[in-house]
Order: sequence, then structure tokens, then C-alpha cells
Amino acid sequence: MKKLITTFLITILLVPGLSLAAGNSGPLYKVDLDLNDKASLQRGMKHFVNYCLNCHSASYMRFNRAGKDLGISDDILVENLMFNAEKVGETMDIAMDPDDAKKWFGTLPPDLSVITRAKREGADWLYTYLLTFYVDEKKTFGVNNLKFKDVGMPHVLWKEQGLKRAVYKKDDAGNEVFDKFETVVEGTMTDKEYENMVRDMVNFLAYVGEPSKQQRISMGFWVLLFLVIFFFVAYALKKEYWRDIH
Amino acid sequence: MNMLTSLLGWIDDRFPLSKMWKEHLSEYYAPKNFNFWYFFGSLALLILVNQIVTGIFLTMNYKPDAELAFASVEYIMRDVDYGWLMRYLHSTGASAFFVVIYLHMYRGLMYGSYKKPRELIWIFGMLVYLALMAEAFLGYLLPWGQMSYWGAQVIVNLFAAVPFGIGEPLSEWIRGDYVISDATLNRFFAFHVIAVPLVLLGLVVAHIIALHEVGSNNPDGVEIKKNKGPDGKPVDGIPFHPYYTVKDIVGVAVFLFFFSVVLFYMPELGGWFLEADNFVPANPLKTPEHIVPLWYFTPFYAILRAVPPMLDSQFPGVIAMGAAIVFLFFLPWLDRSPVKSIRYRGGLYKAMLTMFIISFITLGWLGTQPAGGIYLILSQIFSVLYFVFFITMPWFTKVDKTKPVPERVTK
Repeated sequence: MKKLITTFLITILLVPGLSLAAGNSGPLYKVDLDLNDKASLQRGMKHFVNYCLNCHSASYMRFNRAGKDLGISDDILVENLMFNAEKVGETMDIAMDPDDAKKWFGTLPPDLSVITRAKREGADWLYTYLLTFYVDEKKTFGVNNLKFKDVGMPHVLWKEQGLKRAVYKKDDAGNEVFDKFETVVEGTMTDKEYENMVRDMVNFLAYVGEPSKQQRISMGFWVLLFLVIFFFVAYALKKEYWRDIH
Repeated sequence: MNMLTSLLGWIDDRFPLSKMWKEHLSEYYAPKNFNFWYFFGSLALLILVNQIVTGIFLTMNYKPDAELAFASVEYIMRDVDYGWLMRYLHSTGASAFFVVIYLHMYRGLMYGSYKKPRELIWIFGMLVYLALMAEAFLGYLLPWGQMSYWGAQVIVNLFAAVPFGIGEPLSEWIRGDYVISDATLNRFFAFHVIAVPLVLLGLVVAHIIALHEVGSNNPDGVEIKKNKGPDGKPVDGIPFHPYYTVKDIVGVAVFLFFFSVVLFYMPELGGWFLEADNFVPANPLKTPEHIVPLWYFTPFYAILRAVPPMLDSQFPGVIAMGAAIVFLFFLPWLDRSPVKSIRYRGGLYKAMLTMFIISFITLGWLGTQPAGGIYLILSQIFSVLYFVFFITMPWFTKVDKTKPVPERVTK
């Protein structure tokens, strides 16, 4: 009996890992997110609004919800973060015409509201994607990406990061694999500064993916605590009733 | 107090309230030796209530419209007070429902609960399971993500595999269009929120009425009604209320603990309960790399893919998948053993049941993997083993060496 339960528990706890193993290419850099780091989230929102929100929308996210959660007042939202919106209750939409977008990029830039949840590798995927643009003259915008091959998006942050060339090496099996980046054009930021900026943006987008996540986690603690106490009460009640059953 | 008693008398003269309370709770005698496996029936009922209540709240804000559906789910997650809680209760509840139902069915297999005189309980239960699969499939289209869309496309296309020129019109009739579209979403919504739940509730009532007519089985497979005391009550029976109500509450507390761990800390459960691809809005022009049904369907999906197409038709696979479920209905008549419980069965039955469970779980895993190479061969092997369990059952249950069953239940 105990064995059965143990086997069952092991199965349900281990199996989830299996599904993640397949189907992704390129390197994967781990990003250290912290949804409690309000300063990082605020910087992330600033970068997002400045660099992303011209082509990408986050149309399920309202400015004032982000403001409330991130500790940004309505005045600051209106003055510094809302270029395309008038009321703080509006969602983060863009003015770009979809037909123009298709003409320019070959595809519609996706809405980013739930982008970190839409990838199996989650926020790490996005972090890696933003760090692995490299020079590729064959592409329209002169860049390609290790995480998202032949992506239609230009390297929007090239001035900050600079431009890199991807250097490949042969692995033991003789396949060409990515080795490292070499700088072609210096950026205005150091690698470290750029990584921090990307981390802030990814942090913000992870927040946008599920604004209620912090509330969910903190509520979970109280629910579990209640259930533990409730268990002991229920168990004592059961014991009391069952005393006369032999 | 006197007023309450007279009120009850007034009601009882007009509606069998006290009678029903006695019949189904305070004087429904259940065997006293229920173990761990007997929690899952009441837990299934709990989840059913959870799905209905959270479903009602979701319906208040959800929009069954191809243009609005995906966004409306995200607005529920963000703008509706505790909308995220309702949504996660519903999505986690859906998977938990199948976890609990599979364990409940496994209990029936172990203790021979489907055997005479409980054949109809089993059949009603199987119908509940079928309705539940329909309900889950229909509901999975509603978030209108990529996996919703393409999963529905794949499953509805199975109907197109029916030969004799019936398949194509049949699948169009189901979709209301040539592809999954707004029309499909609307009708799936209608089926998910009213048609199937009505059927489901009716079947659950029938399942319980049939159970209370013949009485519950138990881990010993002993009929407690054969041993009645001078007062006419089964000596090994105890009133369901209060004994099993208080015991089930303990089970509820433990279940809700694990349920809440998933709900509050890992609602996606690594892609098993909520898939990453379903956070991408449905796009009829872009097929996802892997179309994988949700985990509770994957054993049957693996069987479907294990059967090679004949004459360019998937129909044989569809038949095999259907047969995998239909065989379960016939268990009461396939099992020829004189004993019910695994406790008094021989090694042969135990070995076959173990093989069956391993096949089912392995097929479930294989259903999530790409079909090809070693995975395909394994799917074929385990599909055969799955059916071997049913086809050889009349034989192995008959020749199996059983142990003598005690007169009374054991501790």
C-alpha cells in the first residue's frame, strides 16, 4: 500500500520534467527574475515602453494596473510612460497598422502580454533571445538570432549592445555548433549593463504575463496553513467518531 | 426546536426528506473496512461541484467568440476580481478530476467492484467517464489558444476517417464549418456549459442510486448484506453518516492540500495542466510543431497512432481507440473469477493487472512524444498488451488460483 502511494507520487512528480526536454535549439541562458524587485520592474517597464511598445503591444495589460503593482503614480504614467494612450485605464496598445507591419517585417509582431508563458523555456527563452542577435548580412535587417532562427525582427537594441559576430566550432561529432560572440561594433553599454537592462525588461514581461502571480503565491501560503490546521481538526473528529468501531 | 420538528413533519408529509436522508446517509450501511482507495468517489463529487461553481463564474466574463475568446480569458486573469483564482480552480480542477477518476476506476479494477451485482454501477460510471472526456475536450477549445484550436482540429478530423462517404459530412456537421472556426467555438461552448453537464449530473445521480441499491463493495469483496444482525443491519456495516462523512472530510483536507500546492504554486504543472502553446492565440494558418492532447487523453492517442493507416485511412486507428474504451464497459462479463478482490486472487491476475497498468501509463507517456521510430514500436507493443488484458481476461480469471474468501470483512 505505502509502496503504491510512493510510486504514484514519484511518477507524478518526476514526469513533468520529461516534457520539457524536447524541441528547443540554441543556447539557453538562465535569467534570475525577482518579481518583488520593484525598481527592476519599473526600469523594465520604462525600457519596454521605449523600445518595444512601438511595434509590440501588450494589449491585455492596463497602464494603471502596472502602475498600481509597480508603485508608479498616475501622473508619472501619463507624463513618462504613456506615449500612445490618454487614459491610465487603457491597455498597452500600439498604433501601427497591421498591413504596414506585414510589409516591413514579413509578419505581425506578436502581442507580448503572455510571451513568457507562451514559451516552454519561459522567461529564459526571452532573455536568451534578446542576448543572441548576431550579424548576418543575408538577412533584411542584417541580423539573425541564435534562439529564433531567421527572425523577422531587427536588433532594436543594437546601439546599446553593439553588434556581434557568432563564432562556431566543431563538436566531437563534427557538427558546427555555436562557440562564442565577437564584437564587431561597440555598443554604448558594456555587456554587463546590457544584460542588466535585458533582465529588467524580461522581469517586467514576466510580471505582465501574470500580474496576479504575487497575490497567488501569498494567498497560497494562507490556504495551505488553513488546510493543515483543518486537517488536524478533521482528523481528531474522525478519531472521536470512530472510537466505537472495531 | 418544536417548531423545527413540526416544520420537518410538514415537509415530510409532502416530500420524502427524512426518508431520503436516512436511505442515503444516516441509514445507508457501508462496509467498515474502506481503505485509502475509497476516498476518490467523494472527491470526484467535490471536484464536480468545484467545476460547476467556478464554471458559472467564468461564464460571466468569458466571450465565446473567435475574435474575443482568448482576450476574455486574459481579462478574467487580470481585470476580474479573483478571476485568476476561478480560472486556475477550473483548469487545475479539470486535470484533478481525471486524476481522481482514474484512481477511482483503478480501485474498481483491484477490488472487482464491477462484478455482479454491481454491473450497472460500473456501466453508469463508464458513461460518466465518457461524458467527462467529452466535457474536457469541448472545454479545452474555449481558451482559443493554439493547442485548443489544433487539438480540436485533430480530434474532429478523426470523425472524417469514417468510411463510406460519411466521414467528411460528419466532421463538417460537428464543426459547422470546413475548419474549426467561430461556429465551432459557439457550439462547443453550448455543449460545454449546459448540454454535457446536464448529462453528467444525471449519470452521476444514476451511478449513486445504483450504488445505494446494491450497497458498496469493499477491499475484501465480501457482501456485507449476507451477514445481518438481529436488528436487520449488516454486522460489518456502519452508517455512512456520520462515520464516512467525517472520514471523507479528512480525505478532502489532504486532497485540497495537494490541489492547492498545484493551484497556487505551479498552475501550469510544467506544461501538463496548462500548455505553453495555449498562451498563443489560435492561428488557423500556423500549425504548432507538436500537437499533443492533454495528458488524460494521451493513452488513447498513443493507441490511435500505433495502428498503421489502411488504404490511406486512419479509420482502423480510430476503431482501436474506440475499442480501448468499449472493452472497459464489458469488464463485468469478461471477468470469470469467483472472487472479487485482488486480495483473494492468484498471481496470474495480479501479474495481468500490473501489466495493464504499466501499459496504460506508458501509453500515456508515449502519447506525448512524437510518433515515429522507437516510440511508434513501443506504442504498438503496449497497445497490444493493453488489449491482451481484456481479450485473455475470460481465460486468466478462470484458471487463476484463488484463495478462500472470509465470511466477514477483515481489518
